[in-house]
Amino acid sequence: MMKTWQAGKRLLPMTAALGLLLAGCGREDLSVLRPQGPVAESSYGLMKLSITIMIVVLLIVFSIAAYVWIRFRRKKDQDEIPEQVEGSFKLEVLWTVIPLILVIVLAIPTVKVVFAAGNDHSDDKDAIKVKVTGHQYWWEFEYKDYGITTAQDLIIPTGKHIAFELSTKDVLHSFWVPSLAGKMDTNPDGTVNRFSFSAPNEGVYRGKCAELCGPSHGFMEFKVKAVSGDAFEKWIASMKAPESVMPEDPVLAEKFKSQCLSCHAIGSMPASPVAPSLTGIGSRESVAGILLNDDTREDGAPVLENLKTWLHDPQSVKPGNKMPNPKDRGLSDEEIDGIAEFLAGYTLD
Amino acid sequence: MDWITTVDHKKIAILYLWAGGLFFGIGGLEAILIRIQLIKPMNTFLDAQTFNELITMHGTTMIFLGVMPVIFALMNAVIPLQIGARDVAFPFLNSLGFWTFLFGGLLLNLSWVMGGAPDAGWTAYTPLSGKGYSASHGVDFYTIGLQIAGLGTLIGGINFLATIITMRAPGMSFMRMPMFAWATFITSAIILFAFPAVTVGLVLLTFDRILDANFFDVAGGGNPVLWQHIFWIFGHPEVYILILPAFGIISEVIPTFSRKRLFGYSSMVFATILIAFLGFMVWAHHMFTTGLGPVANALFSVSTMLIAVPTGIKIFNWLFTMWGGQVRFTTPNLFAAGFIPTFTMGGVTGVMLASAPADFQFHDTYFVVAHFHYVIVGGLVLGLFAGLHYWWPKMFGRMLSESLGKWTFWTFIIGFHLTFFVQHFLGLMGMQRRVFTYLPNQQFDTLNLVSTVGAFLMGVGMIIFLVNVFLTSRRPADAPDDPWEDGRTLEWTIPSPPPEYNFKQTPLVRGLDAFWKEKMAGHKGMTPAEPVGPIHMPSATILPFLMSVGIFIAGLGFMFSRDEFSSSIMSFLFNNYIVTALGLLITFGSMLMRSLFDDHGWHIEPEELEGR
Repeated sequence: MMKTWQAGKRLLPMTAALGLLLAGCGREDLSVLRPQGPVAESSYGLMKLSITIMIVVLLIVFSIAAYVWIRFRRKKDQDEIPEQVEGSFKLEVLWTVIPLILVIVLAIPTVKVVFAAGNDHSDDKDAIKVKVTGHQYWWEFEYKDYGITTAQDLIIPTGKHIAFELSTKDVLHSFWVPSLAGKMDTNPDGTVNRFSFSAPNEGVYRGKCAELCGPSHGFMEFKVKAVSGDAFEKWIASMKAPESVMPEDPVLAEKFKSQCLSCHAIGSMPASPVAPSLTGIGSRESVAGILLNDDTREDGAPVLENLKTWLHDPQSVKPGNKMPNPKDRGLSDEEIDGIAEFLAGYTLD
Repeated sequence: MDWITTVDHKKIAILYLWAGGLFFGIGGLEAILIRIQLIKPMNTFLDAQTFNELITMHGTTMIFLGVMPVIFALMNAVIPLQIGARDVAFPFLNSLGFWTFLFGGLLLNLSWVMGGAPDAGWTAYTPLSGKGYSASHGVDFYTIGLQIAGLGTLIGGINFLATIITMRAPGMSFMRMPMFAWATFITSAIILFAFPAVTVGLVLLTFDRILDANFFDVAGGGNPVLWQHIFWIFGHPEVYILILPAFGIISEVIPTFSRKRLFGYSSMVFATILIAFLGFMVWAHHMFTTGLGPVANALFSVSTMLIAVPTGIKIFNWLFTMWGGQVRFTTPNLFAAGFIPTFTMGGVTGVMLASAPADFQFHDTYFVVAHFHYVIVGGLVLGLFAGLHYWWPKMFGRMLSESLGKWTFWTFIIGFHLTFFVQHFLGLMGMQRRVFTYLPNQQFDTLNLVSTVGAFLMGVGMIIFLVNVFLTSRRPADAPDDPWEDGRTLEWTIPSPPPEYNFKQTPLVRGLDAFWKEKMAGHKGMTPAEPVGPIHMPSATILPFLMSVGIFIAGLGFMFSRDEFSSSIMSFLFNNYIVTALGLLITFGSMLMRSLFDDHGWHIEPEELEGR
């Protein structure tokens, strides 16, 4: 056992060097190699250890290979028969035992972290409990303790454990926020998964669906927004505030009610099982999870523009999604723009 | 006609090779289309649906219809020769195995022209592959096509088991058997145990889709995770069905071109058996993120890591086979040399993936795509190239061009690393797999471009190989019996290509590497174990072909049995299972013919053998 740990210790400096090298890879809000929370950190630790071991193995194999290819290349007029070696018991035992030791070095921390990852905080009174439901192709987040439901943007307070309960309404999806934690599948009822993570730092992290779920699988993105505890309480409060929100123009309001609210919920309406809640949609990070509401960026646009893009032709933004084209439901271009303007202005403070 | 009725293992090998080559080409084109689509963010070259069909068909085609038949081609061409047999144990079944495979493959690919290819990924996870979410006939083509093709594989596997157990030449004990024969034997054993699992799974999914069963439907009391278990209980061993033959090929090529016997032969045999055994124990490592819980995840993590040990034994034994030898870099050996580091890279990422908490991050990302392409392309395909170049003269009597072969190697392997090495990083930087496009500014753009350029280079390598095959086929068939001059096993003791009956007299085997042993003793050929006598040969027959046609028709009939057709005749034929029954009638009728009419085969008389 002692020996095992010593081997582990010898690998440490290389692990550290590799860590520095890999940390340059990818965006801070997205890359597995730049973990932003303890759960992703523990996966990353295992990755660094395993990569280190594997690079050592590769170096050994590559150098022996290079050596034999050069040293034992058949030379011109070399014709004597080389000695026919049957094998070597000692050598063969050696390359059975060394990989075994390396496997043990990796297996011990793996098992430790596996059991740590099994800790889901669902009984923790202090944890924020979120029920995540996957839909083709959007994410629903229900905060049961607060009685609120939102979609696409998962708002969490920094430093607290977030205890997740994952399931799906249709096909399998997989809930993944690379910089905060590894992924976990959303299975149908009966096989509900639980896990948890926490985000120590404020920020917006990109989340993705990792299980093929249909044509728009690649577009089933979401954002995790870690905010301070105060900001989180404020957000909860504004989500619960019973506001009467409707477009000012009564004709438009009627259209909105009859055409949009038949599927979507808004304000204090009970959450709909088929379409994302629209509460506070104007202050979300993105429209449809992929059109970024950030006009300071090259790949972003103002929220109003994104809403118009989406509402004028939902299929071209997310092929295969369940939203009917508003035009097919009898809305004119002006009415669509009007609803987009209303939704863009519907923000939470 | 001769090709449709043949039962000769050497001809069936060539049939497998051409059919495998055809499907491999289709799968390769699909890969190129996929890589063109991913060359830049938000590309509109393909739409999402077509892309999902392409990835599904690329994976399915390559695994089941591309590399498996090429493996079977080499096994068929080589195994009877290596063990000193005149054919496989059941020549009729051998032919049946090929034709069911071919018709299964054709049925699957018909989906492209008959209303939508399967689109639920090659793993066909339910409920996405269920009727509710995949309404076209795509997945029906998948389940029924693979069922028929799988029949062929199972038949082939059983045939090789029987052949190797019962038909070795006198003196060839198991521990004197060439390594490729060992690999074939173990592979066939895995096929025997793994394929029934997928057979059952495909039946259940077919019933769910066509007969409204509820095996995987939650609303009806089923469970979609069940499909994942069934699929991977087959799917993981399948990985070893693919890679062990490559191990076998490498174990033949390296000793020949090092002029040394295989280092640690008995540990190689032991490692092969151990890999096969462990291969069945680790299926759930494909399901770490399914939510199995920490106990299962820990067990499957550790058992998966253990596979590194026997695999490591093999790698080092190959390296030490070359140690002290005289290594000659012919084309086959170049591929074998390329195999060792490339496969090792695929192997080590496999160990990384085995660590469950790290796999939570790797799973379903491009890291996994990179890993299994390193194993399957960098391992198996390089191995197959080594084997094809090595045994080509034996199969066709013609040496492939060495200079074109070297061009194939260099373009292919450089293209390969360019394509797949960068994908490790794409995965770690947050790119999931099976996405038809990706948003810009995630730092994925350059790496994807590099990957696509690499894919084209691999394509160039393939084209050079085809040119090589074409040019070679126009040259006279003048390869000597032992074209590489250092052949060690029995196939090199007979003419290239071998006569119909392989061995005029069954050879007497006096040790491992039987031919090499005779050569060292100063003999030119093998000592015969029997006098020259009449050789019994099986008759050619069209029945296997007909049986497969029947199953093919029955499959199509069953698949469309619920459809409404515009013409009433079609509706009548399909909806009343008349087409299905007709197909089954052809199959069972052929079986009846086979049982009723005894065919004793024919003999080649000694005079004819001597008169050659």
